[in-house]
Amino acid sequence: MTLRRAAVPSRRGLHPAAWWLWAACLAVTAFRTTNPLLLVLIAAVAAFVVSARRTSAPWSRSLSVFFRLGIIVIVVRVAVEIVFGDRLPGHVMFTLPHVPLPSWAAGVSIGGPVTLESVLQAAVDGLQLAVVLVCFGAANSLASPYRLLRCLPTVLYEAGVAVTVALAFAPEVVMTITSVRDTRRLRGRPTRGVAGLRGMAIPVLEGALERSVELASSMDARGYGRRVAVARTTRRLGTGATAVGFLLMIVGVCGALDPGSLPAGGIPFLAVGALLLGAALAAGGRRTNRTRYRPDVWRAREWAATGSGAAVLLSVAVAGALGVAGLQLDVYPLHMPLLPVIPAVGILIGLLPAVVAPAPQSTTTSRPPASPATLRRSAAEPAEGRLA
Amino acid sequence: MIRFSDVTFTYAEADHPTLRRVDLRIDEGELCLVVGQTGSGKSTLLRAINGLVPHFTGGHLSGEISIDGRSTRDYPPRELADVVGMVGQNPAASFVTDVVEDELAYTMENLGIPPEVMRRRVEDTLDLLGLHDLRNRPLLSLSGGQQQRVAIGAVLSASPRVLVLDEPTSALDPAAAEEVLAALTRLVHDVGLTVVLAEHRLERVIPFADRVVLVPGHGEHLVVGSTAEVMATSPVAPPIVQLARVAGWEPIPLSVRDARRVAAPLRGRLARVPTPQATALSGADRSPVAVVDHLSVAYGDVLALDRVDLDVCPGEVVAVMGRNGSGKSTLLAQLAGLRAPARGRVRVLGQAPTSLAPRKLIKLVGLVPQDASVLLYGETVAGECAAADRETSLEPGTTAAVLDDVLPGMPRDRHPRDLSEGQCLALALAVVLAHAPPLVLLDEPTRGLDYPSKDRLVQVLRKLAAGGTCVVLATHDVELVAQVATRAVVLAAGEIVSDWAARDVVCRSPVFAPQVAKVLAPEPWLTVDEVRSALVERVHE
Repeated sequence: MTLRRAAVPSRRGLHPAAWWLWAACLAVTAFRTTNPLLLVLIAAVAAFVVSARRTSAPWSRSLSVFFRLGIIVIVVRVAVEIVFGDRLPGHVMFTLPHVPLPSWAAGVSIGGPVTLESVLQAAVDGLQLAVVLVCFGAANSLASPYRLLRCLPTVLYEAGVAVTVALAFAPEVVMTITSVRDTRRLRGRPTRGVAGLRGMAIPVLEGALERSVELASSMDARGYGRRVAVARTTRRLGTGATAVGFLLMIVGVCGALDPGSLPAGGIPFLAVGALLLGAALAAGGRRTNRTRYRPDVWRAREWAATGSGAAVLLSVAVAGALGVAGLQLDVYPLHMPLLPVIPAVGILIGLLPAVVAPAPQSTTTSRPPASPATLRRSAAEPAEGRLA
Repeated sequence: MIRFSDVTFTYAEADHPTLRRVDLRIDEGELCLVVGQTGSGKSTLLRAINGLVPHFTGGHLSGEISIDGRSTRDYPPRELADVVGMVGQNPAASFVTDVVEDELAYTMENLGIPPEVMRRRVEDTLDLLGLHDLRNRPLLSLSGGQQQRVAIGAVLSASPRVLVLDEPTSALDPAAAEEVLAALTRLVHDVGLTVVLAEHRLERVIPFADRVVLVPGHGEHLVVGSTAEVMATSPVAPPIVQLARVAGWEPIPLSVRDARRVAAPLRGRLARVPTPQATALSGADRSPVAVVDHLSVAYGDVLALDRVDLDVCPGEVVAVMGRNGSGKSTLLAQLAGLRAPARGRVRVLGQAPTSLAPRKLIKLVGLVPQDASVLLYGETVAGECAAADRETSLEPGTTAAVLDDVLPGMPRDRHPRDLSEGQCLALALAVVLAHAPPLVLLDEPTRGLDYPSKDRLVQVLRKLAAGGTCVVLATHDVELVAQVATRAVVLAAGEIVSDWAARDVVCRSPVFAPQVAKVLAPEPWLTVDEVRSALVERVHE
């Protein structure tokens, strides 16, 4: 019986917050190690889970974009290191002409000998950031942004028009690009190169902005932001509490980051701020009488997915506390990086959501994207980049 | 239910009002049809009902509009959402969420309807509009017609007391359109829903309407009355009414059933006239312009086109028909070289359209997309023409000359965005035809066109075909097919189901039959023009 139930694909997949927590744990883990093998392993885990559990929705294609972005980050980081870096001593690969700088620019050097050690160090720094980006991309491809928005507390929904429009903007730009490229081709205008880019930028932005305005008016016409009557003083109190709460929180965070600048590390500020904000949110929630349709529920598999993320983080933290060798990159002497067992096994636990998360619905039940020739201003088809 | 008292509305920066001194009362449980030529202010009138005009458009509104006793002056659109449901012209633009089911629930969530009730109503709406197969589908992956139905369902689910629909059936195939209209009529009768809808395809909606509001445009007074009254004099009229005028029927029949009852004498008169015959296709002696050979296109696991074979010869007007999402637009995109085929071949005059640079492509194939305005970027009509000549190295003035041929007397200083649908289509067509491509493709060209603009289009297409150009139309509009097509190809699930002379296709299927054919069956008369000229000939004999 239980087996049969498990085989049935779920309607909605994992809770979006579970995906984001899982991805956040992977990202934080990536910040705690500079071993390139472990970093690549984290990226591989994220990519595998995405490929196993993403749906056919348009936002599911964002991972490849983040991968490309990651590669750019690595390349830029290495290039900056080669040109400006402060040199680590070691094996000199080649020497760039040194540019003498005036005395006020002390601390910055341009050119000079480039060592293998410094390039490696830079590449791994870049890799770390790239892996964080990949984790972010994984969350984006797995969780629907609209569903995440639905989980926000009701009072934050007031900023919802802005957020929804912003969320819709990026996919809209991608789709507008496809349709603008098609129309330019139909008009015999260049679609590639600098000329193509220049001609397309304005219509693409125009189309996406137009759509944003339409979206806002549609949300309004469908009752978004209706209020129940509330006394004016209550409303003002609520707004005031929100503002003061945020301010205190910001001060508190600054204090926590810079120990000694505030009494008790800013903790009292944080606490009072959080309290005020919480009260304001609770009070504000009563101002709208929104209900939720089939709210996402947090079940065992959500715990499992989030737990697996936490296990990844924990394994690296434990390894760090135990002083396991190979957690950080060490370029002196140059050697192949080790693969420490505890963190490596721990990271592999991050694969768990690929099994526990419900399988996405088979693509055979879905129709093809609306065809490309139905070019409309807000063309309703996923991007088909075959011409690019 | 809805009351306009002395309403005058002027858009910002417009020099004359779009609506002038409108007085209108629409009672509960009425299905009210708003008709008028394009650009006459129908959409403005509709959007004023829930206050989107002027709350979101700007402009100046005087007088008062009240819905169920609430004035739009005091209540913004969101506070009227429980009374008025509004579906705009472009359903895709109204989507707020990402999955069908969530979209249906969105308005109810905002209204604070209890979750158990919501659950039930979403299911009811899914059934009512035949959407249950699509419930988990991302909205962006739906075809135009499916999106249209979801948009209607999304406002219906909140059970508003007034439903305002702007061209609800223009993107739907004939069968789907009938389903949607039947569902609406049922709600009007069962729960007393008030429906206000604007539609150009009158032949579809006239039988359902209780009253008609004619918007003459130019700020003139509205004509309001029972359907038969208004139709007797309306400048926009469906074929059945035009036929009644030709045959001199009184009172004017509004449904095929009523018309058939009074049509016996006309059928008798026409029986003595030789019936029009399918134009013989002598494709054998001409080499085809475009050849589609075993073409398959897949999106993911789904075949959009499945081994399609098609030859199109010079002088042919081929109508590609079929239900929403059957692969019509995909076929056009293939012929226009926008997408590469997965398997099979597409050749236009022996060349693969995908391989050609844009400049060479437009000399071979011209495609006018569904929303013709996307082809236009210029600031003025004249500027658009000049830019088209310059960018594709044509003789200066070529495009302007073609435009004069397509639609004489177009205002040259107008911004393309301010043109009516018909003018926009004419301009886009001129831009495409300036290169005299041997193959012209049109996707749903009559969407949003009023009858005069449609007649104009028919003339242009006939002239093109007579000049040896080959025209392929993807359309749901059976009246257009009856008027202009020589051959009709019906697609279903990516396969060609029938490929016959247009006259045979539309006469043999009750779904595709135009109104005149339904009234005069079994004789194969298709258009009012045919009947008119036959009657005139008889008088001369």
